[in-house]
Order: sequence, then structure tokens, then C-alpha cells
Amino acid sequence: MTTVNTPSQGLETASASTPAIELRGINKHFGPVHANRDIDLVIRRGTVHGIVGENGAGKSTLMSILYGFYTADSGDIFVNGTKQNITDSRHALALGIGMVHQHFMLVENFTVLENIVLGAEDSAFLRPTLAKARAQLKQLATDYGLEVSPDAIIEDLSVGQQQRVEILKALYRGADILILDEPTGVLTPAEADHLFRILRTLRDEGKTVILITHKLREIMAITDEVSVMRQGAMVKTLETSKTSPTELAEAMVGRRVLLRVEKGPASPGKVMLEVKNLVVADDFGIPRVKDVSFSVRAGEIVGIAGVSGNGQSELLESITGMRDQTAGTVFLNGQPLSLDGDDGAARARAAGLAHVPEDRIRMGLITAFEEWENTILGYQDSYGSGPGLSIAKAKATAKEYIAKFDIRPSNPELKTANFSGGNQQKIVLAREMERDPDVLVIGQPTRGVDIGAIEFIHNEIIKMRDEGKAILLVSVELDEIRSLSDRIIVIFDGQIVGEADPATADEGALGLLMAGVTEQGHSPGPGTLPDHVTPIERNLTEMSPKDNSARDVSP
Amino acid sequence: MSVRTPLPRWVDVALLPALNVILAFLIGGLIVLAVGQNPLQAVGIMIGGAFGYGLGFGYTLYYTTDFIFAGLAVSLAYHAGMFNIGPEGQAYVGGLGVILVALALNGLHWSLMFPLMIVAGALFGAFWAFIPGVLQAKRGSHIVITTILFNFIAVSLMSYIITRILKPEGVQSDESAPIDAISRIPRLGEFIGLFGRSPVNLTFILAILALGFVYWLVWHSKFGYAMRALGHNPTATRYAGISSSRMIMITMALAGALAAMVAVNNVGSVQGRLILNFVNGAGFVGVAVAFMGKAHPIGVALSALLFGALYQGGQELAFSMPGITKEMIVTIQALVILFTGAMGDMLRIPLERLFARGATESGT
Repeated sequence: MTTVNTPSQGLETASASTPAIELRGINKHFGPVHANRDIDLVIRRGTVHGIVGENGAGKSTLMSILYGFYTADSGDIFVNGTKQNITDSRHALALGIGMVHQHFMLVENFTVLENIVLGAEDSAFLRPTLAKARAQLKQLATDYGLEVSPDAIIEDLSVGQQQRVEILKALYRGADILILDEPTGVLTPAEADHLFRILRTLRDEGKTVILITHKLREIMAITDEVSVMRQGAMVKTLETSKTSPTELAEAMVGRRVLLRVEKGPASPGKVMLEVKNLVVADDFGIPRVKDVSFSVRAGEIVGIAGVSGNGQSELLESITGMRDQTAGTVFLNGQPLSLDGDDGAARARAAGLAHVPEDRIRMGLITAFEEWENTILGYQDSYGSGPGLSIAKAKATAKEYIAKFDIRPSNPELKTANFSGGNQQKIVLAREMERDPDVLVIGQPTRGVDIGAIEFIHNEIIKMRDEGKAILLVSVELDEIRSLSDRIIVIFDGQIVGEADPATADEGALGLLMAGVTEQGHSPGPGTLPDHVTPIERNLTEMSPKDNSARDVSP
Repeated sequence: MSVRTPLPRWVDVALLPALNVILAFLIGGLIVLAVGQNPLQAVGIMIGGAFGYGLGFGYTLYYTTDFIFAGLAVSLAYHAGMFNIGPEGQAYVGGLGVILVALALNGLHWSLMFPLMIVAGALFGAFWAFIPGVLQAKRGSHIVITTILFNFIAVSLMSYIITRILKPEGVQSDESAPIDAISRIPRLGEFIGLFGRSPVNLTFILAILALGFVYWLVWHSKFGYAMRALGHNPTATRYAGISSSRMIMITMALAGALAAMVAVNNVGSVQGRLILNFVNGAGFVGVAVAFMGKAHPIGVALSALLFGALYQGGQELAFSMPGITKEMIVTIQALVILFTGAMGDMLRIPLERLFARGATESGT
């Protein structure tokens, strides 16, 4: 059992100028994939150091090496100036390196206190450990502004609070260097701001923070230095104050990237999709969508903004025939859509509704299938006249889409699981966009997708709009909603709580709406934030591939 | 934590099963050695008995026919994500369909009777698998549980029907009235002298056709596409607008129909009557056959042949070496099932390591 270090242990011997972490010539291969090549990195003590890069750039691999999950093939790691051979995460912790994972590693039905001591108990008797931890927790809370009730049950906490528990766990174990992997993916803007305040406090108290993210805005907002990785190599390390998002994006992708979505004004036509008084329950029968009505016109993009878990998933699933409706009607081009039964999605598709699902791995693709087989998913009955499947025709379609959407590798017979996240998303987008639908429903169009592909996907969506399609967009990325949508609907706790014009809407006001704070001044308070995350959403957050390096290779 | 590299295809399909069988025989050989017999001699007799002469080979193919159908019944459902453990009962009930149509039209020439028996058997077997399918699709009752229980129900139901209804007056053994010789499916020995009086019959040809049909159905039809989609990812299947309840019910019915062909082989040809417990475990062997054959028709054909050879060779062995009892042969068969089925992946990780190391060495 690892003993719990005091937060500053190991610091005495190192002078202030010694870097907290120094990596020299780190190499790591996974089979034929060179995931990290000759990485040199210096992380100065008492700074917030950002690491950015596309999926598969090797960020997660590098951090996993630092945290002892993987062992490097070659290269040296220096922690506080001393060369270390980190063998496992316990060893890393003993050296003062703590990690906050993208997917929380908490026992849902334990209390905060129990989670914090889990694996770091002093003896077989729990009581003294808990008492000690309670005192220490209080200290940490006052030191760093990390207030969480020690006796709260994890599953009752908001996502932001759960993350704070993860940070506390690391600090309790004596972490001096804190690695955070994509920490804001599941947070509201307000929660993200709170997290940044905590990180600043940690830095001011002398801790070192390593922040892995693909959001350039966060890098600019919080980091002191930023390192850019591309294709397993370290491109450069910059002082944040002396760089710009454009420069970083360019370094990440290796070419010029348009960060802003270029689109002309919308010219909305007639109502194509209309949802009336929709009520939808989740798998446990709990209503998640509560009497929602809205409409989408031809030639406009309507964005639904909201913190994940507020009914967006159920709303999308019910409109597209994947989930039964409790009440209400969906009209497509003026006609009511019958979505009953487990083949409702086929009728929605036949009526001209295409669907890019939120979770491509779980819903939109069959990863064990070859690429061409996924190209016809949902449209398989139009391939071949009799009971036989026209494989030749399907492969021809697949090749056509591969060329048009620049899907790589361009082999339709490759297993879909071997494509990177961005290319998988392109497979889904090509399939749904190329059938000339009247209405396109898109959930999380760019989740886990590289910057270069994001640009492409956004442009395709705008192109669809300009062709006069009605587009309903759901995304947890508020930036994405704001830059793509012609109209924003805010959903909170299964109800539409407001509508905004993206041109004039201010982020703070939207954030408040998303947090359920209405103009009447009603605030549910942080403890009652809508974080009853459904199992589906939990899966959703788990699907986003962190490191696709192993997938990008064709066999 | 390390990343696993998948095995080359030929290792997965050929080497791994072969090593498993060899391992099973090695341990079987130790048991033979333990009772003071010569294992090499035993293996020689088994192989010779199964393949060495026409009559023996005919018996091997006869058993193989049963195992192909039972294996396909399991494989087909497996592609749709269901574990059908019910071929035993489905074949048994299928026998009722075969005998009913055969006795009703007794005396009809076999060329007309053969297709009729296929259809009747298929309908009965399909019905017996359809009920668990409905229960799964509409009520969520797990197919493993229901198909196991339906095996038991089939045993009781068929015992009642055979002993109380179908058994003619004055017959001692528990069996139905016989089918006229002209209506029975002819043995292959009537066309090919090699097989002699062995029981392998035209149903074997049907089994070959069934292998081809299942291959086409699974990989070249729209239905098979939907079936495999369901087997891999039920959520994506719903996304695609494929009705999983419909797929489950139809797939199970098809699997039951395939299992029922065991009855055509037995009731319609070899026995020419419906005998109590005629399936005799062939349906359960089908589970092992499907797993060893990776639910692929070619794999099913090969593993069915292996089990057919084990059955025939084992009987020859019991006959030729009295020191090896029938129970010992069952033990060897069980070892093969254990190593190829339940522990089939035991050698996978060592092999993966071996091949991964080979790959990096040749790569750098």
C-alpha cells in the first residue's frame, strides 16, 4: 500500500529552477505505429502547461508513459531533476504525479470521502483513515477552493463536482504535478470557469498542472506554456502569451486552418420539421423530454444548446425513430411521422429524414463491419432487387463517398474499427448527407474529430443548409452551436427554456440559460444541477476516442 | 496494459483449432496410457475406423450430416447475436413433422417424399425455435434459458406422443410405425458402391447445400446483412430501422428448420421410423461444432467432419480394443469439445505474443 505523501515531499532537494518534469528522447511503438517519436519536453514548476494536438498525435500516450501506464521503448524521464524509471501509476503517485482522467474513476455509490481514501487506506480499519482524510480534505478545500461535501454520494453530484473529487483524490495522495486529460469535455461553461479558477489557485500554490486538451480557447485562457504535438512528434513549445490560436492550429494540423465558420445569411423557407408537444422517457421510464415543441425550416440550421444529460439525446432519438415517444407528434414536411415500433427509423428515413447520431460507435456504425457495409447501413434494402444484397453496387457507393469525403484510408474493405474517429464520422456523414434528405438531424457532428476534419464537416453542413435542407443540430460544444446555427434553442431539464440569435447571444447569458437560470431569477443552485447523466450519455462520453494512433494504420 | 495484436487469419482459422485438437488428443492419450493401453495404436484404430474403408467412412459422413445441420442451427443464430442451445429439441420435434407426413403419405416414391419430409420437418423444427424467439423478442426472455428449457419440454412431449400416440399396437420398443422402403430417402451406397450398407444418405447432399445456403444467407443477402448488424450492434440496428424483434423471430425459426434436418437424416432415411430419443445428443454436439467452426460454414463443415470421425472412430475403437471402454471414448470426445469449445482461446494469448514478437523482429 502506498503511503500518503505530504504535498511538498520531494521538493526540498530540488531547487526552484529545476523543471518539475523533463522528458528526453521518449519513443514508443505500438506494433508498427510510432506513437511517440523522440519527444523532448520540459515542464517548469509552478506553471500550467498545455499539451495540444489532434487525435492520434500521441498526447495521451505520452502522458500515459509519464503516469506509468506504458513504459517507453527508449528515453529518459526526470522528475524534479532526478532520473526516474516509472513502472506503474503507484510509482508515479509516489513521485507526486497525479492524473485526473477524462472518464472519472469513481465508485458511484460511495461517498466523496470513501472515494478519496479508496486504495490509500492506512490500515484495515477504515475509521481512522476517514477521520484523517476528513481533516485533510477540509484543509485542501480551504487552500484551493475545492469545496465538496465529504459525505455526499458521488452519483448525486454534478459532473463538475465529481471532477473536483478526482482532483482531491490526486492531491490527497500527495500529487504535486497534476495531469488533466480533456477536463472540460463534460462541463458547462460555468463549471469550466470554476475549474480554471481552481487550476490557477493550484498553480499559485506551487503545484504544476499539465492540461491535455484540443480546445485552443482553453489553452489561451489558462496555460502559461503550450506544447504542440503532431503525428507522434513534439512540434514546438510556446509561451502562451506570445502565440495565437491560429498559430497553434496551424502547428497542430501542419497547414493553415480556418477556425471561423464562413457562412452567409440563411434564407429559411417553409417548415420542414415540426415537433409538437413531445414527451419522451429514458430507458428507466423517467421523462427526459417534457412537452417540447419547435420547428425547423428549409434552409436553416437550428442548434439545440444544453448541458449534456438534459434530454437532447432522447429528443434526437425519438425524432429519428430510435426511441418510443410517450406523447406528441413529429411532422415531416407537414405529414405526421409514424415512428412506432423498433423499425421506426426506417420509416423516418423513407420520409426523407437523415440522422447523424451523437455516438457514431454505438449507434451510427457497426465497427466490426467493413467500411462499405457501413456505407449502406439503413439503406441496405435499396441494394439489390431481390433478397440478395448487391455487394458490387454497395462497394461502388462506398468508393464514391470515400473519394467525395476524402475518407482515409481509401479502402472500402477495411474494417471500420480501423478508421480514425474523424474518418469514421465522415463515413456516417457521407452516408446520411448523400441520400438527398429533406431534413438532417445531427448530434455532436465533431465529437472526437480532428481540427482539419472539423473544418470540412462544418463546411458540408453549411452546404446542406444552402441547398435548402432543414438541419437540426445538437452539440455540447457551445462554440459549434453558435458558429453553425441560424437559431439557438436552449434546453434544460427536458424543456426549452429559451431561444437566442447566435449573432447577438452572449456566452454568459447562454451559459446561465443552460444551467437553468431563467430570467425570473430562479436558480436551482449548484447542488441540483441537471447532472442525472443517463447510462447512454455515460457511454457517450466513453466512446470519444482519446488516442487513435493504433487505428490509423491499415493492415 | 499492452496493446494486443490480432493473429494472422490462417493462425486463427487453422493453427489454433489444430493445436487445440492435438492438445485434447495428448491428454486423451495420457488417459489411454493410464489404463495400460497403447495410445498410438488407439489413434491408429480411430483414424482407420473413421476414414480407412468405405463402410466406416460412410458412417463418419452420416454422423457428419447430423453435426453439420446442428452446427448450422447454432451458427446462424449466433450471427444474429443469439446463443441457440436448442437444436436438440428442435431436431426432436422436427422428427414429428417428418414422421407425420411420411406416415400420412406412406408408399409415395422417395423422390416426392424427400422434399415433403424436408418441408414438414422444417416447419415443426422452426415452430419449436420460433417460440423462444417470440419470447426473446417480445418479452425479453433470454434465448439461452428458453432454448435449454425447450429441450426438456421436447423430450417430455415427444415421449408422450411416441409412446402413447404413435406407437402401434403390439410393438414392444418405443417407436412409431415404419415408413415403407420406397418412401425412405435412399442411402448413398445405392449410387456409390464404396459406401456399402453404411447409413450415409442423400441428406448428406442436402447438408452440403445447406452449408452453401447459410453462407449466401449470412454474407450475400439483405437478411443476412440485417442479421449480422443485429449480432454486432443492436443499437445501430435500431438506428438503421431494422426491426430486431422481427429479425430474432425469423432467425430462430430458420435455425430450428436447419436443426430439424437432423430428423430427416435419421427418421426419413436410416431408421425409417421415429424412435424415442433418436437425436441422441447430436444437437448438443452442434454447439461445439459451431464454436470450433467459428460459425462459418467451412469451419462448421470441417469440425462436423472431425466430430463425425470421432464418433465413428470411437465406436470402432471400443470394438477393437476392449480395454478402452465406451466411457473412455466419451471422455476423449468430451476433451475435444472442452479444448476446442470452452477453452478454445486458451492458446490465443501465447500465440499472439509469439506472433507479435516475430512481427517486431522482422519489422525492425
